[in-house]
Amino acid sequence: MNFDWNFVLSTLPAFGRAVLVTLQVGAIAIATSLLVALVNASILVLRVPLLQRLVGLYVEVARNTPLLIQLFFIYFALPSVGIRISGFSSAIIAMTFLGGAYLTEVLRAGVEAVPKAQIESGLSIGLSRWQLLRHVILPQAGILSLPALFANFIFLLKETTVVSAVAVPEILYTTKNYIAMYYKTYEMLAVMTALCVLLFLPLSLLLAYLERRLQHGQFGS
Amino acid sequence: MASSGLELLWLSAPQLARGAWETLSISASAIAFSTLGGVLYGVLRSLGKRWLDVPLRVYLELFRAIPVLVWLYLFFFGLPIFAGISVPSFWCAVLVLTLWGASEVGEVVRGGLRSLPRGQREAGLAIGLSAVQLYHEVLLPQVLKRITPPTINVYTRIIKTSSLAVLIGVVDVIKVGQQIIERTYESVLIYGFLFLFFFFLCYPLSAASRVLERRWSHA
Repeated sequence: MNFDWNFVLSTLPAFGRAVLVTLQVGAIAIATSLLVALVNASILVLRVPLLQRLVGLYVEVARNTPLLIQLFFIYFALPSVGIRISGFSSAIIAMTFLGGAYLTEVLRAGVEAVPKAQIESGLSIGLSRWQLLRHVILPQAGILSLPALFANFIFLLKETTVVSAVAVPEILYTTKNYIAMYYKTYEMLAVMTALCVLLFLPLSLLLAYLERRLQHGQFGS
Repeated sequence: MASSGLELLWLSAPQLARGAWETLSISASAIAFSTLGGVLYGVLRSLGKRWLDVPLRVYLELFRAIPVLVWLYLFFFGLPIFAGISVPSFWCAVLVLTLWGASEVGEVVRGGLRSLPRGQREAGLAIGLSAVQLYHEVLLPQVLKRITPPTINVYTRIIKTSSLAVLIGVVDVIKVGQQIIERTYESVLIYGFLFLFFFFLCYPLSAASRVLERRWSHA
């Protein structure tokens, strides 16, 4: 079995673009998920009637169905009712649908983890509801949620591999494409593995390290 | 479309059932093997032997860090060229989901065992229990309640992730659905069905995990 280095070199520009697409999809999806989660978590924390039920339903549906089905529904089913969305946009929408639900849970858990005494103390010195949220609850909930938020960011970045199924030219799609066109399976699997190890392994190890460190970095305990 | 849609689902039921059986078989096999592998992993890690910890941690980090779909491609396309064996896509999916699932269950079991006071192990050894007796009679029963809810969550993730099997050519419930769409163009109906199929598979498990966690959190 000969390893065709020249072929690998010729594919590197395409894989370079593929890594950028992976990072782009991941970054956009993380940002939009966070936005969705902030709105949802506020609804849950402020107990907005009706809306909090809808948020609850959304979280259950999104967390209990596979990303692949969410993605296929948007990309393959919506066109038949007249909504045509590109592969890239479908990927962002599906990942936001999934990620928004996971991050909502993370933020809600963060708020709930703020010790009751903190809230009672805030109220007892006469803070308004908004002041309490702004100066007491959110800063602490933010720190408490950090490890879980970061873990979910990495989870979402890894999930970008699934969007290769709707022809978004990220790492896996590019790999599969080259295998199908040139039968250079050995070389392409090596490139795919190398890129994934370089991209995901450091993040995963960093997460494990941060989780250990942040356990000791909390307020008011 | 309501009546014709339901009619289509009814007529396609035998086909969909075969696909669903394939999906369920992959998930159930992966769940069973992951549980066995995960308990083995957790027990081996709890022994505190360096020569075991190093390779097991490498295995864990690799399966945690690298996405399951990448592993599926590696095994599906890679096994024929690297090992000279061609594994049917069904077993490829079971194998990858098991290796990944066992690492997830394994970390849960390891964490559970670590949370037990040292005295439990020492007392067990002091009265002359063998290693098997120690784990079977003393340590594992105590952590069972603690590790069950998170393990059920891993099961739902295995079921959801089993959907990726369609991407290496398993004729599962998704593939059958796509075949029906090719014939009938009823994509909203079929994908809606697939949505509900996975939801009603996973939701009871998530709910059970939550209930058990609440009930046993004071145990």
